[in-house]
Amino acid sequence: MKQDHNNSLLSDAWSALKKNRASLVSASVMLSMVVLVLFGPMLSPFAVDQTDWYQISTAPNLMNGHIFGTDDLGRDLFVRVMYGGRISLMVGLVATLVSVFIGVTYGAVSGFLGGRVDALMMRVVDVLYAMPFLFFVILLMVFFGRSIFLIFVAIGAVNWLDIARIVRGQTLNLKGKEFVDAAKTGGASTIRIVYKHIVPNLLGIVVVYVALTVPQVILVESFLSFLGLGVQEPMTSWGALVNQGARQMESSPWMLLFPGLFLATTLFCFNFIGDGLRDALDPKDRTRGNE
Amino acid sequence: MKKLSTIILSSFFLLSCGSEEQQECLTNNNEIIVGGSSGFELSDIQVFKKNNGAEPGTLDPHRAEGVPASNVLRDLYEGLVGEKPNGEYIPGAAESWEISEDSKTYTFKIRRDAKWSNGDDVVAEDFVFSLRRSVDPQTLSNYSSMLYPIKNARQIVLGNLEPEALGVYSTDQKTFVVELEEPTPYFLSLLTHSTTYPVHPKSIEKHGASFTRPGNLVTNGAFVLSDWRVQDYIKLDRNPTYWDDKNTTLESVYYLPLDNPDSSLRRYRANELDFTDTTPAEQLPWIRSCLGPELNISPYFGSYYYGFNTTKPPFKNNVELRQALSMAIDRSVITDIILGAGQIPAYGFVPPVKTYSGEKLNWAEWSQQEREDEALRLYIEAGYSSETPLEIEVVYNTSENHKRVALAIAAMWKQTLGVKTTLRNQEWKVFLETRRLKEDTEVYRAGWIGDYDDPYTFSELLHSENEMNHSGFSNQEYDEFLKAASEKNAGEERLSELKKAEKLMLEEMPIIPLYFYVSQHLIKPWVTGLEGNVMDHHYSKYVKILKTETVNSE
Amino acid sequence: MNNIKFVLGRFLGAIPTLLALICLAFFLVKAAPGGPFDLERSLPEEVEANLRAAYNLDDPVYKQLYKYIGSILQGDFGPSFQYRDYTVTELIASGFPVSLRLGAFAILLALLFGTIIGTTAALNQNTKLDYSVMFFGMIGISIPNFVMAPLLVLLFSIVLSVFPAGGYNNGAFLNMVLPVTALALPQVAYIARLTRGSMIEVLSSNFVRTAKAQGIPMRNIIFGHVLKPTLLPVVSYLGPATAAIITGSVVVEQIFGLPGLGRYFVQGALNRDYTLVMGVVVFYGCLIIAFNLIVDTIYGFIDPKIKTSR
Repeated sequence: MKQDHNNSLLSDAWSALKKNRASLVSASVMLSMVVLVLFGPMLSPFAVDQTDWYQISTAPNLMNGHIFGTDDLGRDLFVRVMYGGRISLMVGLVATLVSVFIGVTYGAVSGFLGGRVDALMMRVVDVLYAMPFLFFVILLMVFFGRSIFLIFVAIGAVNWLDIARIVRGQTLNLKGKEFVDAAKTGGASTIRIVYKHIVPNLLGIVVVYVALTVPQVILVESFLSFLGLGVQEPMTSWGALVNQGARQMESSPWMLLFPGLFLATTLFCFNFIGDGLRDALDPKDRTRGNE
Repeated sequence: MKKLSTIILSSFFLLSCGSEEQQECLTNNNEIIVGGSSGFELSDIQVFKKNNGAEPGTLDPHRAEGVPASNVLRDLYEGLVGEKPNGEYIPGAAESWEISEDSKTYTFKIRRDAKWSNGDDVVAEDFVFSLRRSVDPQTLSNYSSMLYPIKNARQIVLGNLEPEALGVYSTDQKTFVVELEEPTPYFLSLLTHSTTYPVHPKSIEKHGASFTRPGNLVTNGAFVLSDWRVQDYIKLDRNPTYWDDKNTTLESVYYLPLDNPDSSLRRYRANELDFTDTTPAEQLPWIRSCLGPELNISPYFGSYYYGFNTTKPPFKNNVELRQALSMAIDRSVITDIILGAGQIPAYGFVPPVKTYSGEKLNWAEWSQQEREDEALRLYIEAGYSSETPLEIEVVYNTSENHKRVALAIAAMWKQTLGVKTTLRNQEWKVFLETRRLKEDTEVYRAGWIGDYDDPYTFSELLHSENEMNHSGFSNQEYDEFLKAASEKNAGEERLSELKKAEKLMLEEMPIIPLYFYVSQHLIKPWVTGLEGNVMDHHYSKYVKILKTETVNSE
Repeated sequence: MNNIKFVLGRFLGAIPTLLALICLAFFLVKAAPGGPFDLERSLPEEVEANLRAAYNLDDPVYKQLYKYIGSILQGDFGPSFQYRDYTVTELIASGFPVSLRLGAFAILLALLFGTIIGTTAALNQNTKLDYSVMFFGMIGISIPNFVMAPLLVLLFSIVLSVFPAGGYNNGAFLNMVLPVTALALPQVAYIARLTRGSMIEVLSSNFVRTAKAQGIPMRNIIFGHVLKPTLLPVVSYLGPATAAIITGSVVVEQIFGLPGLGRYFVQGALNRDYTLVMGVVVFYGCLIIAFNLIVDTIYGFIDPKIKTSR
């Protein structure tokens, strides 16, 4: 029964999404971007940390193979944009998943248990809402060095509050449903019920949330790069490249143009996908009918 | 309108693939004519706006540290010794001085007309009070160790003697005497440093810790503090009671604390700054082609180097390896391509200063190819090869230039020797702690700006007991050369001891000298009276603002 | 009566929040490697000992925390380590008006333009106007403000010379234009999107259709019935928007050289100015709590249902 419910939601969503051309185009652009970022560097003869003192800040040139030009240390910008994309997308996805994992678990458990536990758990969320979190992220990065791992944890830990609240609300709604009661009388443990019966039904919300959070996280990473707290050289990210490019936008505009294009396109696409998914998955929307 | 659209296009990078040689210089097309018909006509508005690079932590000269604070204090206060625009020493608050036969006693005559900004006379007792305060541990001075050459100073700083025991006294109202522990040829140079500036005793008694606030601060320099908005600006106004006020032209000086060199450059271009503290390295080609004549570069008394942690493997007792890594670095690439401001490749530790020309590594004259061959030979001799490469970590503090230099050096080591280098970028305070502890540093970045213009300020860094000797270099012979030098009077003999020390150090190579600093300022064409000098000391009292007329060339 | 009770309850609830905030920040700052007295030129041990004693750094950490909370209760954030001539309270008092002015203008601008643009787009749904407006909105979201700010400066300060390239100048209008714009742009875009979405939803709801069928003029319908429910999601977005603006102000203050709290915070963190960092965090914490309280109250005013269910 639960399975059916879930399937119908997803297939409804899929048919609604198919009609949303912007989302579809965005999704395919994103997909090709991921492929490019993963396999692009193989097409280039240059390594990500390979410097050429006699090709410092050269403009894009098809003849010498630097199709995006070179940066201020003579490194190939194409390869660096690809590698930067790997980091940015990974930070975006992993940090979002970290926050989804924490948020869904927390929210579902809180909503499912209800009563005093719920009240207490939501109180904690209220407390955390008052934290100037980005300041804590800055402190963490400043004090404990800049590992990618720390970026994941820091950003992930900041972002789980919203999802926890949403999930809790949904869980409260679901709790009264028959299939949950059935599982309860069948003697399933709380965690099992949460993961087997509640969480799958929250899929829609979570997917929308992921699509809308990834671009935010990518922006947060670029903000950290601006403060000089991004990933460790010679690794790089789109945020770090854009920041470097912004500093030299007049003398070497390609250093801003290419990573900026990739960054903006990604943010664009994720936002469109998120909007499309929300329209597709939001029950309110479907009752509204097509105009 | 056409112009506007070009601008928008170019700022949205559609000109990105334009020619490489011609830099695109965005300006408003106004031309500015400086100095009127004679070329030297002064402006009616004598205001000078400088970027100071950071906010001074304090304007208390005895607690201050760092270049930004020194810059402001130099305008506010006047020490016993002053400087010309080119850095030459001239009488300051003292009109003359005598040095005793054994070079251990200095007698200063304070200027008869020297006055505080509240009208009080500057007297010898003010200096006695000030120097005692400067070494008093209660003052919590960061720089009191600079005064160790003065008799008993060390014992007072360490809390073993009372501040009254300091070797300073006045014989009459305008005569001030300093006794030294040892002949210290650079002592006059110390007197241009803010730790030796006089403070106004009465206002400190009256206001306590808040004596540095605008309205409270009484100073004896060419300017007085008129306004201080933290992280916004410090405004100084001309001091009418200054003994040489008749030669001051400026009415006000603004010090801005912009730490972002790109913002600083943009505000300079928008004519909101007349003087920048530095220039962003990766923008230098653009600056040269668009603001060329306004770029002022001159040698600066600083040395940029990489240190080895000689207390731990792989660098402990391993001169071959240290030499190999040093030789494999092509310094001219760093100075000419990475930094490009005219820094001087360094093959010795001490930048050239006055009569000291410094020692050089014996392979300084070789070609880079010869160096790299020899480096590879030494590297293999030390037991490494392409199959068993050296793996090391370089730690540097967060900064655009340090990052670029570190990346370049890592690439050179990889290309020449096959060394696998990991870069670790630490934020300043973490970096300082890591470096000081010598626990997990292998190679670290370092730089030193001399506190006074004498080679000793560099030589002492590698003394085995110096707190700043982060390489852990400990060589008895080296320490003895330094001791011999400090017991001698100024002159060739003393310098030759310091040279011997430097030569010995270069053979041992506990540090890799990379380059000597230059100071880089953008200065507007209407600012006159400033000259480059090796300490990068600039006094606003010499500055005059020329008349400008704006002509729209469109 | 109910209102007072509600506000009072929230107010009391804020106390443990604040305590948690202070403790978290305190231990984080203390755990950081490197201290305020790690300087390029190392201090003689005796001098450092004196400094540590002067700043009470020799006490056990729990005692320092206890003392710190005690002095905060008296409104004293302690002396700054870095700006040795000032207390943290003075620094916050001088930095906050700058950040407030910047942030408040940015929020107002974002609200004003965001709702206007969003409403325009919604009323012209699926037309070229709608698409182009929302496209530019997306650009606003996709360009980080550390790129937007230098672009604005290049264009408006260096080439056209209409606005200053930086500086606070006591909050003069001309000086605020570029920083506020750079800060508000992404928020304009977000709010426009929110408004558009929620307005389209409200417009298609039954009561609007009924009203239309009854022949009530569109203008009356919008101002009388549509605007209020449309703005609900916008009001609840105010919290996140404020957070985003506070974060953004760190960048904008840096680029435009404004003496605001964001800049103090970054400088303080880098220089291990324990007291300044703590002061700014605690201060912002209080501010966010107060702000959430205000948003809740406004929300309760617009939509009375919400209060009881929370």
